[in-house]
Amino acid sequence: MQGFITLIQAAVFFGTVIMFGCVGEIITEKAGNLNLGVPGIMYLGGIASLAGVFIYEGSTEHPNAAICVIIALVCAFVASALGGLVYAFLTITLRANQNVTGLTLTIFGSGVANFFGGSLNTLAGRFEQIVVPVTSSAFRATFAPLAGLGVIGKLFFSYGFMVYLAILLAVLAHRFLMHTRKGLNLRTVGENPQAADAAGINVTKNKYLAICIGAGISGFGGVYYVMDYIKGTWANDGSIEKLGWLAVALVIFATWKSLNAIWGAYLFGVLYWMYMYIPGLTRSSQVIFKMLPYVVTIIVLVVTSLKNSRDKQPPAALGLAYFREER
Amino acid sequence: MSEAAITLKNVTKTFGSVVANDDVTMEITKGEILSLLGENGSGKTTLMNMLSGIYYPDHGEIFVNGKKVSIKDPKDAYELCIGMVHQHFKLVDVFTAAENLVIGIDSHKKLNHREIADSMRYICDKYGFQLDPDKKVYDMSVSEKQTLEIIKVLYRGASILILDEPTAVLTPQETEKLFSVIRNMKEDGKTVIIITHKLHEVLSISDKVAILRKGKYIGTVATKDANESLLTEMMVGEKVELNIDRPDVADKKKRLVVSHLSCDNADGVRVLDDVSFEAYSGEILGIAGVSGNGQKELLEAIAGLQATREGSVVEYFDEKTQEKTDLLGKTPRQIRDLGVHMSFVPEDRLGMGLVGTMGMTENMMLKDYRSGHSIFVGKKQPKELAEKIKEELGVVTPGITTPVRRLSGGNVQKVLVGREIAENPTVLMTAYAVRGLDINTSYTIYHLLNEQKQKGVAVIYVGEDLDVLLALCDRIMVLCGGKVNGILDGRTAKKEEVGLLMTKLQQDKTKKNSQKTKKEAKS
Repeated sequence: MQGFITLIQAAVFFGTVIMFGCVGEIITEKAGNLNLGVPGIMYLGGIASLAGVFIYEGSTEHPNAAICVIIALVCAFVASALGGLVYAFLTITLRANQNVTGLTLTIFGSGVANFFGGSLNTLAGRFEQIVVPVTSSAFRATFAPLAGLGVIGKLFFSYGFMVYLAILLAVLAHRFLMHTRKGLNLRTVGENPQAADAAGINVTKNKYLAICIGAGISGFGGVYYVMDYIKGTWANDGSIEKLGWLAVALVIFATWKSLNAIWGAYLFGVLYWMYMYIPGLTRSSQVIFKMLPYVVTIIVLVVTSLKNSRDKQPPAALGLAYFREER
Repeated sequence: MSEAAITLKNVTKTFGSVVANDDVTMEITKGEILSLLGENGSGKTTLMNMLSGIYYPDHGEIFVNGKKVSIKDPKDAYELCIGMVHQHFKLVDVFTAAENLVIGIDSHKKLNHREIADSMRYICDKYGFQLDPDKKVYDMSVSEKQTLEIIKVLYRGASILILDEPTAVLTPQETEKLFSVIRNMKEDGKTVIIITHKLHEVLSISDKVAILRKGKYIGTVATKDANESLLTEMMVGEKVELNIDRPDVADKKKRLVVSHLSCDNADGVRVLDDVSFEAYSGEILGIAGVSGNGQKELLEAIAGLQATREGSVVEYFDEKTQEKTDLLGKTPRQIRDLGVHMSFVPEDRLGMGLVGTMGMTENMMLKDYRSGHSIFVGKKQPKELAEKIKEELGVVTPGITTPVRRLSGGNVQKVLVGREIAENPTVLMTAYAVRGLDINTSYTIYHLLNEQKQKGVAVIYVGEDLDVLLALCDRIMVLCGGKVNGILDGRTAKKEEVGLLMTKLQQDKTKKNSQKTKKEAKS
C-alpha cells in the first residue's frame, strides 16, 4: 500500500510538469504551429522564475511567500512567452520552417538556462547550490486539513497548488477550445487557415496569441519542476529537456485534447516510475521501463492512424506556413 | 426592381504584367440572376474576388446599392451583404455543418450549438436545402459541401450571392436541385451572380448574361434575347490569324490508342468518362476544353500517374514494329522508357517536373540518374545537354548552375520542354506549354513542337488559346465534363464550333458519333 501511494505521488509530481508543457503545446498546435521548442521554453520558464525569486529573496530580510509565488509565475510566463514570440515571429512573419525553428529554440533555451543556472550556483557560493527556501516551501505547501485525511489525503491532497492549477488550466483550455466561438475560430486557423481568412478571422493575430500564451503555460512546467520537483534549486543535468520531449509526446497521446492530457500525464508518470516498484530489476533493465511512455505514444499513434478516425488527427494545417494566395 | 445592386466603374486589376481585368464597367441589377460567362482566364473569378474582398482593384470604383464602397477584406464584403461561394470550398473538415456556419462571426457570443442548428434549419426550410446541422464535413458529399457553403453565406445575411462555377462538381440531378434553390433565393429578393462557362445552364437559369473576354467586358444580354451561337460568338470573339506553321502530316501511323478511359478524382467525382481517341505519329493532336475538364487526368493516365477505372485501355504501338503494348499497369518509368513523354506545365510551373532550387544540369539529371554503372552520378552528359538546350532554345540564364526558380517563366518552360524533347520521345504530351509566355517564346515552342511532329513524333498538345489550337493542330479533340465532345479537323474547324463544343455537352450520342466519324474521315 505504501509503495502504491508513493508511486502515485511520484506520478503526480512527474505528470504535473509535463501536463503544463502539454496543455501549452496543445493550444499552440491547435493554431496550426508545431512548436518543438517546448523543452527550451520550459527551461526558460524555470530559470526565469528561479532568477526572479533569487534576487527578491536575496534583497529582503523577510521575503513574503505570496510575493515570491507571484514573482516566480510572472517571470516564468513572461520569459516563456518571449521565447514563444521569437518562435512566432520566425515561423509566422518570416515563414521559417517550424520544426527547425522549434528545435533551435530548445537548444537556445537549454543553453541560456544552464548558463544562468550555473552562474546562479556560483553566485550562491563556491560549494553551495542555489536555494530559494521561502519560495520553494510556498510552492510545496499543502492544505493541512485535507492532506491529513489518511490515504485519501495522501493520494489527492498532498501536493502544492501547481498540481491543481495544471488540472484547472487543462479544463479551461478544453472549455475555451471546444465551447467558445473564439476557440472555434482558433481551431479554424489550425485546420484551414484559408477558410479562416475568408471568414474574416485574423490568422496572424490568432496564431501569435496562441503561441505566446501556449508558451507561457508550457513555461509553468519549468517553474513547477524547479520549485517543487527539485525543491527550489538548479541542476545542470538536462532533466527538463527530457520532460519537455515527453510533453510533446503527450500531445500526440492525448490526441490534441487537453482533458486527455490530465490522465495521460499521470499515466506517463506511473509508467516512468514503475521500475522503482518492481522488485528484482537491475540497473540496465530499469532503463527499459523508463522507455514505456514513449512506447505507448508510438502505440497510440499507430492505433489512431490505423483507425483513421478523423477526430483524432492532428490539426490539418499543422506545421504549414500560411500566406494569402496570390496569382 | 431595376435598381442596380452593384455597379462597377472602370475596374482594372493586374497581376504583374498580366491584365486580369481591363477597365470593366458593368451593372448588376437587384433581384436578378446574372450569369457571368467567359473562357478560362477571361477574368470572371478575379472580377468577383474584388467584390468578395479577396483582391483589391488597382483602379476603378465599386458601388453597392448606389453607394461607393471600398472592399478591403472578406469582412467588409459581409458587412455589405455580399457573400461568395468559392470554387474551392473553405470549410473545416472536422467541424460539423453548424460549427462551420459561425466561424469568424459574433466572436463574443456564446457558442450555443442548438441555437445555431435551429437557425440553420430555418434557412434550409426557407430555401429548400437538405442538410443535417450535426453532420461533419468530412462525411459530406461534394454537393452537400457546396450546399453548406451557400447556407453559410445566407446565414451571414448576404443579399448578393456570388457562386463560382457551382455546377462544375455536380451531377445533372444535383444541378437541377441547386437551380431550384437559386430560383427560391431570387423569389426572396436576393441577387445571384453565377460564374460559369456552360451555355445551356446559362440559358436555363439566368435573367441576364454578362460576357467577359480576355479581361474585357464585352456586354450584357437578356437571356430571353440570347441563343447559343450569339453567346459563343461574344465569348470567343473574332478569329485571329497567327501565322503559325503547320506542316502537312506525313507518314501517319497509329501510335497511341485510348479507349473507354475513365477515372475518378480524390473526391470521387468522375473526371474522365469513357474517353476514346487515337494519336498518330507525325501529327499534332490538340486537346481543347475549359480547364478542369479532365485534361490533366488524361495526360497523367497515359503517363501512368493516375489510377484508372476498370475497362480503360491505353495501347501503345511501337515506332518500328507496330507491336502493341498495354500501358495501363505499367510504372511511369516503364512508360517513359517506351518513349511516352509528358511535359506538364502546371499553374505554378515548377510544381511538376523541375526542382526549383537545382540548376539546369541537375534538373537534366532527374530523368537519367539511373544510367551509368558507378554509384556516383556522372555530370558530364547532363551538363552537355544543359549547354545544348541553353544554346539551341536560347534559354536566358546566368549559367547552367543557376537555380531554375530564378529563371523567368518562359525560360523555365523552355528547360522543361527541351529536356523532354532531348530524349527522343515517340509520344510528346505537353499541357499549357505557352502559358504566360511572350509571343516570341511561344513561337519558339510551336516551332519545337512542329519539329517533333516532322520527326514522326505523336504530339499531344493541351492548350487554352483557341486561335493557337486552330493554327497549330492537325486535329482538335474537345473535352467537356470529362467526355470527348467531338474531334475536329484543325484545318477546317471554326472557332465558334470549338467554343460551342467546349461549353455544351452534346446530349445526342448518335449525333456526336456521326459527327466524329465524319470529321475523322475528312482528316
